[in-house]
Amino acid sequence: MSTPEQQISAAINEAIAGNEVLLFMKGTPDAPRCGFSARTVAALEALGTPFAAVDILPDPRIRQELSAISNWPTIPQLFVRGELVGGCDIVTEMYETGELAELLGVEPPAEAPGHAPVAAEPGAPPLTIENKLS
Amino acid sequence: MPTTDELKHRIERSIPGARAEVVDLNGGGDHFRATVVAPEFAGLSRIEQHRRVYAVFESDIGGPIHALSLVTRAEA
Repeated sequence: MSTPEQQISAAINEAIAGNEVLLFMKGTPDAPRCGFSARTVAALEALGTPFAAVDILPDPRIRQELSAISNWPTIPQLFVRGELVGGCDIVTEMYETGELAELLGVEPPAEAPGHAPVAAEPGAPPLTIENKLS
Repeated sequence: MPTTDELKHRIERSIPGARAEVVDLNGGGDHFRATVVAPEFAGLSRIEQHRRVYAVFESDIGGPIHALSLVTRAEA
């Protein structure tokens, strides 16, 4: 019998392993609940790359277990091919330098780099971790 | 409530040779941005550089320090 924390941790690891591009965020891509999450979503959407998202807000243990796995204290957290890329600052910086497009294997944004996008467009439906609890 | 000076001094005390500039993003004493330049960041990835700064504050991040936005680099 595993604890709820172990179940959440297992579900997080499964989500990281099972999604090439995965964003842990506050809220959903359609309705971010934090400016840092919104900015990270906007960078991914500006590159037109499909990504999965997990809302960490429904259960505080999701964030706790995620930070234990990733050794990263803040939200959002972007994972690409199972590796932590970073939070909002690093993703924004990599967007602006073109490194994010390169990492994701997509074309850099058409407009000159230097401006992180601000608009949030609807994205993929979020994954849920909290309802994996038995 | 943490102050920009307190954050600056904690970073500079904990990371040898580091120079930090800290601003309070909304004047509320809980959302900060720090620009940190430290020789020991040479050869580290951005993730590792940011982890090094987050480690200075441990559980204060997400507690009294609600958000700490970081820009890090090795060279001055």
